[in-house]
Amino acid sequence: MARPIRRSPLSGLGALFGVTLVGLLVLPFVALAISTPVGDLSAGAAHPLFVPALLLSLRTTLMSLIVILVLGTPLAWWLASSHSRAARVTEVLVDLPIVIPPAVVGVALLQTFGRQGLLGPTLDAAGISVPFTESAVVLAQVVVSAPFFVQAAANAFRKIEPDMLLVARTLGAAPPMAFLRVAVPIALPGLLVGASLAWARALGEFGATLLFAGNMPGRTQTMPLAIFSALESDVRLAVVFSLVLAAVGVVLLLALRFAPALRRTIGRITA
Amino acid sequence: MIVWRADVQAQLGGFELDVSVQGDAQPLAVIGPNGSGKTTLLRAIAGAVPVTHAHVAIGKTVLESTEPGIHVPIERRRVGYVPQGYGLFPHLTVLENVEFGLSTGPDRPPAETRRTRALEMLIELDCKPLANRHVDRLSGGEQQRIALARALVLEPDLLLLDEPLAALDATRRRAVRHFLAERLQTFGRPSIIVTHDVRDVVALNANIVVLEKGHVVQQGSLASLRQAPVNDFIAEFIGAG
Repeated sequence: MARPIRRSPLSGLGALFGVTLVGLLVLPFVALAISTPVGDLSAGAAHPLFVPALLLSLRTTLMSLIVILVLGTPLAWWLASSHSRAARVTEVLVDLPIVIPPAVVGVALLQTFGRQGLLGPTLDAAGISVPFTESAVVLAQVVVSAPFFVQAAANAFRKIEPDMLLVARTLGAAPPMAFLRVAVPIALPGLLVGASLAWARALGEFGATLLFAGNMPGRTQTMPLAIFSALESDVRLAVVFSLVLAAVGVVLLLALRFAPALRRTIGRITA
Repeated sequence: MIVWRADVQAQLGGFELDVSVQGDAQPLAVIGPNGSGKTTLLRAIAGAVPVTHAHVAIGKTVLESTEPGIHVPIERRRVGYVPQGYGLFPHLTVLENVEFGLSTGPDRPPAETRRTRALEMLIELDCKPLANRHVDRLSGGEQQRIALARALVLEPDLLLLDEPLAALDATRRRAVRHFLAERLQTFGRPSIIVTHDVRDVVALNANIVVLEKGHVVQQGSLASLRQAPVNDFIAEFIGAG
């Protein structure tokens, strides 16, 4: 069957605008890549700030991703399946950190978990101190990146026909089993997109982390903060750090995005 | 002999369902205009609709009774359900779809037995060549057969079919109707079929219950409805109008 031709009324101008935007998005990364001699890469990797910051970034973003998946998946399911006013209000609340600047989120987290904050005295009494620790890094990442996952996951769950879950139930599956064996696999591509977006946002988190967790090498200095510190002393080092962070981001993002397609292909080949 | 009965009252937004139906092993066709509550009735019997008052029983097993407060969860009702559009799981192959129900209960058989039983059901329904296909690559008629196979492999006590032929074109519909009639006869247990086509009723030799605005307006055999249709919808449905 012939494909219908989609001709935009803005085809010439639209293409120019599109190419301009793609250029703006890609050009900085091309500049980053070509401005780094190979020798600088090994020197950057050997710098004392590099390995601790990279490991801290990977460790904390993995932790925050786990927290987001565990807490966010049931929430996204509820948002997708409930028609209540409470669900709509919650949806708006969940989106708040997307529209609020990260620096504001950092201050708000201090006002919540700081010694003088809302929960400060209670946490203090329990002997728990959150600000300027690795937990604070994770908490800042969770707050700024969770909305990306919850939003994408809720959209993915909305595409599941309710009848499929009812059928699964009539086939003997209790609600948790129907959710895990039918809803989650069907929504998996959307869940992975949400997880990759949230993870990427957590990896790049800077403002809230700086204000709430500080910039202490080996303790709370993540890669974006290490880039910030390196920039003050050695621009070439900052470029190397940036390149590595960009590469890590691209690799993990591609792995997450293409995992379902790869799995399907392998499944079809082996079937 | 009465094998099953369903007295259901439910309030869903502005819609009220108040229906009492019963039957034996012979199929029961539920007909009625759009929005008359046919699908809601099936879902209420399956246990998926909150009821205000109900008594649903198959044989001596009570599935729902508001008086003593009995509510058997959907997964333990042994009621098969084939929705409009069939509800096949798109992430699974045909064989995995049919196997699904055999792998859910606490007494699930070993994997090898599950596979054998699912394959036997596919062979019985002439669908074995489809076993390893993904469901999104099946025709409407094939999907209908697989959905039926998936429900029948569990040998449910009652089978609910919501417009099982609606998604098929006219040619396929005739063939699948014949197939469905044959299967339900072999199945030999009660079934409730929502339909808009009198030819389904004839092929299945079904009794009829007519719903309108959530209430039963007439029930009986096709012959009895033909003799005295109570409204224009029924007259038109049976071709007597």
